[in-house]
Amino acid sequence: MTSRPAFKPLFIYSEQLLNYFFHDEHPFNQKRIALTKQLLECCGYLAQDQVVAPRLATDDELMLVHDQDYIKAVKQASLISDQTSLGQEHPEFHPFGLGTEDNPLFPDMHQQAALAVGGTLLGAELIVQGQTTRVLNLAGGLHHAQRGKASGFCIYNDCAVAIEYVRRKYGMKVLYIDTDAHHGDGVQWIFYHDPEVFTFSIHETGRYLYPGTGHVNEKGIGEGYGYCLNLPVDAFTQDKSWLACFESGLEAVLQFFKPDMIISQHGCDAHFYDPLTHLAGSMAIYARMPEVIKQAAETYTGGKWLAVGGGGYDIYRVVPRAWGLLWMVMNDVPIKQGPLPESWLDDVLPLAGGGLPHLWLDKDDILPVIPRQREIEEKNRLMLNQALSYLRQQVGSG
Amino acid sequence: MQIEEVMKRKVITVSPDTTIGEARRLCQEHRIRHLPVVEGERLAGIISDRDLRDALPSVIQKEIEADEIYELPVSSFMKKDVITIHPLDCIDDAALTLYTAKIGCLPVVSQGKLVGIVTESDILHSLVELMGVDQPSSYLKIEVDDTTGRLADVAQIIKGCHVNVSNVYVYPSKKKGKKNLIFRVQTIDPRPIIERIEQHGFRVIWPEKLDFKHRTAHDRTEEKEQNDDEPSSL
Ligand SMILES: [Zn+2]
Repeated sequence: MTSRPAFKPLFIYSEQLLNYFFHDEHPFNQKRIALTKQLLECCGYLAQDQVVAPRLATDDELMLVHDQDYIKAVKQASLISDQTSLGQEHPEFHPFGLGTEDNPLFPDMHQQAALAVGGTLLGAELIVQGQTTRVLNLAGGLHHAQRGKASGFCIYNDCAVAIEYVRRKYGMKVLYIDTDAHHGDGVQWIFYHDPEVFTFSIHETGRYLYPGTGHVNEKGIGEGYGYCLNLPVDAFTQDKSWLACFESGLEAVLQFFKPDMIISQHGCDAHFYDPLTHLAGSMAIYARMPEVIKQAAETYTGGKWLAVGGGGYDIYRVVPRAWGLLWMVMNDVPIKQGPLPESWLDDVLPLAGGGLPHLWLDKDDILPVIPRQREIEEKNRLMLNQALSYLRQQVGSG
Repeated sequence: MQIEEVMKRKVITVSPDTTIGEARRLCQEHRIRHLPVVEGERLAGIISDRDLRDALPSVIQKEIEADEIYELPVSSFMKKDVITIHPLDCIDDAALTLYTAKIGCLPVVSQGKLVGIVTESDILHSLVELMGVDQPSSYLKIEVDDTTGRLADVAQIIKGCHVNVSNVYVYPSKKKGKKNLIFRVQTIDPRPIIERIEQHGFRVIWPEKLDFKHRTAHDRTEEKEQNDDEPSSL
């Protein structure tokens, strides 16, 4: 069914992107991007002419969604660069969510964060200017950042900046799809009033997990009512139920919204190995979700699909495989249950400090046994129906 | 949170000689279920939509002229022993009173004057806000002994982790001699906090731990390769 893209998909990368780095003990580690790139190169899935270096986002571009005061604060915080004062408390930055345990100060923070945004913006430009239809920026997906505040490891919200750019400059209706295990709250609140941007997030329920939002009743406000869909699945949800919710949810959104472009966030922390969340997905969801999104883009947007990274805290066992699968799907490489390349395993094993899966997908017999899986599935089904009732009414009556 | 922060200040009231018919009309028009009855500014009683319904003739007693009852004053049906609350009382007290007295609303009285009203749903709404999330945060549930100072102990540990607490509440455990502490902490990564709390001997109930350690033939490990080199102990 899927036609091949008119141009090769592009992969935003430079080593500079790895400098978005808080400190050695911090869970957010962009080394995972280099590990992914290395894996893809070992397999021969990433050609040199597909790699494009990111550019810096300008202040004006950041101000598409961020407050001027906040950008100023990030710049001021960036001036504190020597190791001794970085480690000190800087309560003056706390109102901006900076200098906290989650978002400690780091050298050149403003520049590094602006580069991640620039990567996603460049991706959007390449697509809207017709240079290609599919771009991946794994350094992006910083979905928790708010207009005036850093949150959950995210300084600037690259997704929101790119969405606002495309919307304002090209008048396109953008569908934002967030598959991170945490709710895509930053992007949601920035476009909560806006009927031109649909935000769709599937995540572990905020009852227990950060940031605590993303309830089914959050549907947008004012003109934007109905242009926001949340699917908060229960803790310990497994592949079948996650995918059933994701696919039904996306189908309903597409029928209702009919986007001009898709921007998707690919946090891969819903895997059962991930240390920060309590979901029990396997690699199968990271093979399937990109396929579903690609099909949606082919059907509705003429193939225009900008994909970004996101969370993912098991950087050896989970992230390179999940993001590798995403890139394979973007390149129309058929996914097979094959082994990972020996050369990559040899290189990464000493770093991983434990076992490494040697297959692309997780075999069924390593999946955790979840005691109340039937109840969890039932609960997710009820949640899905509740979440979709409004959209279904709209499509039915329209 | 005090009652004056959540009460409605604009109260629809009636006087003792207002008729049942008029009172019913007011309830329907303003979609309310309780009408305080005032004499001047003094609270004389309260009448609910339920009292009004009970006053009206039932379907079986058709022979009684309905009009006559509609003309009767509310004073003949109102409750005179009204439970009230003060603006400076806490919503906790209000919740307890509504629950134990099985009533739906509390007139707020200060210096003998009716100054407001709080209903069940006002209280429920503010409790939801109190428990809810207005700052991005993670949820922690800890079981402790029901003895003095345990809340402070755990709070101290969280303080040591330099993480802000956005809200906290305590409720009794089903286990005898235990209680549960719920914290919402402003971090996406509560693992260091959990580790320290457990080091101090407290039991963290959420996040729930499932054993996700899989060391099977699907994993390639360094140890395995090393083991292969080692002489067998058999
Ligand atoms: Zn996440």
